[in-house]
Amino acid sequence: MTSGWRHKAFAYGVTVPFAIVLAFPFFWMAVTSLKPEAQVYDPTKVWSFHPTLSSYGYLFHHTEYLQWIRNSTVVGLAVVLITLAVAVPAGYALARLSGRVGRSLGVGLFLTYLVPPTLLFLPLSRVIAQLHLSDRLWALILVYPSFTIPFAIWLLMGFFKAVPQELEDAALIDGCSRLGALVRVVLPVSVPGLITVVIFTFSLVINEFVYAITFISSATNRTLTVGVPTDLIRGDLYNWPGIMAAILLPSIPLALLYNAFLNRFITGFTGGAFR
Amino acid sequence: MRRRYVLERKGVLATLLTAPAVLFIGLLVGAPLGLAIYLSFTDAIAGSLSGKWIGLANYRSALNDPIFRSALWNTVVFTVISQAIVIVCAGLLAHALIRSFRGRWFIRFLILLPWAAPIALTAIGFLWFYDPQASIFTWFLIHLHLVDPANPPNWLGTPRAAMSSIITVQAWRILPFATVIFLAGISSIPQEVDDAAAIDGATGLKKFWYVSLPLQLPIAIVAVLFGIVFTATDMIVPYILTNGGPFNSTQVLTTYAFQTGINAGNIGEGAAIALFMLPLLAGVTIAMLFFARRAEVT
Repeated sequence: MTSGWRHKAFAYGVTVPFAIVLAFPFFWMAVTSLKPEAQVYDPTKVWSFHPTLSSYGYLFHHTEYLQWIRNSTVVGLAVVLITLAVAVPAGYALARLSGRVGRSLGVGLFLTYLVPPTLLFLPLSRVIAQLHLSDRLWALILVYPSFTIPFAIWLLMGFFKAVPQELEDAALIDGCSRLGALVRVVLPVSVPGLITVVIFTFSLVINEFVYAITFISSATNRTLTVGVPTDLIRGDLYNWPGIMAAILLPSIPLALLYNAFLNRFITGFTGGAFR
Repeated sequence: MRRRYVLERKGVLATLLTAPAVLFIGLLVGAPLGLAIYLSFTDAIAGSLSGKWIGLANYRSALNDPIFRSALWNTVVFTVISQAIVIVCAGLLAHALIRSFRGRWFIRFLILLPWAAPIALTAIGFLWFYDPQASIFTWFLIHLHLVDPANPPNWLGTPRAAMSSIITVQAWRILPFATVIFLAGISSIPQEVDDAAAIDGATGLKKFWYVSLPLQLPIAIVAVLFGIVFTATDMIVPYILTNGGPFNSTQVLTTYAFQTGINAGNIGEGAAIALFMLPLLAGVTIAMLFFARRAEVT
């Protein structure tokens, strides 16, 4: 009994302080976002102030925030579609059809995920200019799959390997072609895995910063992660409550989605290699 | 009929299904990487795809540039210290979080927040927390009587404090990711191994050192290698918080490559600076292949 008590004490004693430290910035962003602008810099008003939603109103009506959200969403959805179209067949082939060569190719493709945007943005900025895609969302839609595809193939390999081979064999015996078996048997049982890939691909796109700041130059074409740091921070007088609101609004739903699909993500992420 | 037969052959089908992915990656990762290497040997400037071939001049001028040399060193400091903090904290946190307790879901949610939220946005939040006049950190320290209210720290304005500040934010951001992967490593140890160790009389620290640690090490190392890559090759945190300042004290390879290649328009020189990341990436890749294989064997 005592060991159970100590067990719990250790769990709470470690996790609660960490949770407080890691989550505190979000709490403080929320507090700041509710402050009237006049009281933001007042050090005596750390806790006591009259909460107001005016910074949220400012964000929606006086900035291009909604446009940036729309841009990020459009790019995100387009990239998710391209990624699925390319990564699902490849992930299936590498998991099921091609044995040892496929495993090496899978690892090789995944390693390209490690080649960072900070290494490729300079040559790509020239390519984008040559293609006359500068300052257009198409530039991002074209380039982002270069890191979402390796990532998605890796996750999908993990998920497809977890589908029992017997299910597929049964479909093949019943006269299905291999592609038919993929579409009618493997994909339907992999739906949770596919949703996981969609969510994490989308969030990779929302997070991207280096390409977006290099390729996009006009305020109306910016994505969320670039619009907020470039256009909401003007001169030396920042509207901190508005900026905090702009950070929190997309972060919270993303975090909830992340949390809901985290276990599946780990299965896929570690399953690709460690099985 | 014949066509269908061909599609049923594993090798043919596998090639067809992987071809689009290989092509896409080849065109958008392989080709630009090659172009980056080519550009680094030229004097290309913004507005032209090619420049005059100047051999190793860009590399030579980078190595003679004191700002570049301090950027190289700062990258090492930034990466090593932030990841050392991450390893220690994530190891501790994962061992606590693996246990089942009430409220675990909510605590895990709070712990994951820094990784789930877009870092380009949350880094701006820290710009506010580090504000010279209204920093919440300063407020805490004053109330704990650790800081003199007449002489508050300038978190991003002095070289040493600025480096510590960006390291803190980077560690804050990577810690949840490392914790999650460490957790996966711990829970991948089969219960039988645990039981067998217990029967053989291994307990507590001994069991941890001889049984649990070796088994979870490969996955943990993969997590650490990812953390190193995400830190050494990413520019978001330094770019937003300090943009290399004050006096280049937080200039890292990525921010300097951006300033040289995009802001100043010297594409060739910027590419050469960025390519100094390549040896690190190659090393990490080899290590990753080695440990992924080890993990598979165990």
